[in-house]
Amino acid sequence: MSLEWFINIITNNWPMFLRGAWMTLVISTIGTIIGALIGLIIGVINTIPKGNGGAKKWTLRTINAILTVYVEFFRGTPMIVQAMVVYYGSDLLFGIDMNRTFAAILIVSINTGAYMAEIVRGGIISIEQGQFEAARAIGMNHWQTMVHVVLPQVLRNILPATGNQYVMNIKDTSVLNVIGVTELFFQTKSIAGNNFRYFESFFVACIIYLVMTIIVTQILRFFERKLTGDANYQMLDDAALIRGPEQTK
Amino acid sequence: METIIDIQHLSKSFGTHEVLKDINFSVKKGEVVCVIGSSGSGKSTLLRCINLLETPSGGEIIYNGKNILGNRQNLNTYRTHLGMVFQQFNLFNNCDVLNNCILGQVKVLKRSKDEAKDVAMKYLKVVGMDRYLNARPGQLSGGQKQRVAIARALSMQPDALLFDEPTSALDPEMVGEVLKVMKELAQSGLTMIVVTHEMEFAREVSDRIVFMDKGVIVEDGTPDEVFNNPKHERTKAFLQRALK
Ligand SMILES: Nc1ncnc2c1ncn2[C@@H]1O[C@H](COP(=O)(O)OP(=O)(O)OP(=O)(O)O)[C@@H](O)[C@H]1O
Ligand SMILES: [Mg+2]
Repeated sequence: MSLEWFINIITNNWPMFLRGAWMTLVISTIGTIIGALIGLIIGVINTIPKGNGGAKKWTLRTINAILTVYVEFFRGTPMIVQAMVVYYGSDLLFGIDMNRTFAAILIVSINTGAYMAEIVRGGIISIEQGQFEAARAIGMNHWQTMVHVVLPQVLRNILPATGNQYVMNIKDTSVLNVIGVTELFFQTKSIAGNNFRYFESFFVACIIYLVMTIIVTQILRFFERKLTGDANYQMLDDAALIRGPEQTK
Repeated sequence: METIIDIQHLSKSFGTHEVLKDINFSVKKGEVVCVIGSSGSGKSTLLRCINLLETPSGGEIIYNGKNILGNRQNLNTYRTHLGMVFQQFNLFNNCDVLNNCILGQVKVLKRSKDEAKDVAMKYLKVVGMDRYLNARPGQLSGGQKQRVAIARALSMQPDALLFDEPTSALDPEMVGEVLKVMKELAQSGLTMIVVTHEMEFAREVSDRIVFMDKGVIVEDGTPDEVFNNPKHERTKAFLQRALK
């Protein structure tokens, strides 16, 4: 082990590291975004008021039951096993030869969706009842209440948890090497298999993972601050009042 | 005068607990009705039944000659005709002051943004909050929040405004500023139903006082009748406690 070896490994293999890191970022980013959307949709469906009886109630009950099975299944099994089942299962059962990258994004998305569904549900439940009532009192329906009042607050509240999920995804995509996805871990394994310098190669991978997660965390912090808004408000003076509110922004 | 809301034989139960029993009363245009009564007597439940935040168990709510409970299609439209001011303000936390007053106008009444802004400014001025357009609910005092909540309700230009103990969550020094706004609204001819523990306000401002006890309306009359010559023992006992 020596510094020389690190430098050698990087100079000889940087395109592979870079491609691997890029693949990891693509899969985890798209997977997190789609997963968050799945979570949002499920969270909203799960909190639709059941009403009192009728077809609507039973439809919602059935949908909720199916969604519960989905959430429990993907939260309760390891992603590495899901990857094997989905990738080989789709071939065996449906004769679909899935593109590996597509399979990877699919698995990360549905996996993230299962976690995010619970996070979003928690986020919606934590919004005070008064917010829903105020929206209903001015005549908004469930959908309008969700879109214009509740979800903006939920998004702000779940952002830290979503960021956490994103960071986990960056790390956990490494398990997708079992279905041959050419992400960072897979690439590092190939590099080490060629030079037999396992420690040094994986140490480089380690640093790359760390850099990616730190950068992503910082970007999310920035968005959190944006969504929180200014600490202080500006009181209008007489001149602004005369001009009207349009020009004050 | 024209009757805005007419409530007949209204009842409400939560499970086996009957909270409202055979409530009959009506509100005319321009009238200010204060609802008083001890805690747990059903005042909030009555108000929430009127704008259907709670579904009544029985009876009729007649609005514009139609029984609202008969046809459940247009509940949201009906609600836009009744404004509601809550004890806990319930301003939209994701919106600043101006947007709190605009959101319902644009999304529910389908007004243009410009028109909504003009209307919002008009009512924010009425409540004295037109300088705080960019402030978020969390940055305002309780009294300021409640005044914005009143402006939000007024911006929908409802036929009547319902208040559920609008000053009960406020520090004593802020009660005055909210009551002052409400007094001005009452004098301007707005139809108001106010649940309140502020007896002085009720006596001074209302056209009618409704006294509730254990889910029934015990007394319904002018402030003079109810405060000075109460007919029922229960009213007397309550007033003695409330006015001491
Ligand atoms: N959602 C509910 N479920 C069950 N019981 C309820 C519910 N809401 C109110 N109640 C009960 O109904 C009764 C009347 O409550 P309500 O809030 O209308 O009283 P109130 O006159 O407004 O009292 P306060 O002056 O304390 O606000 C109380 O006994 C209360 O416990
Ligand atoms: Mg109450």
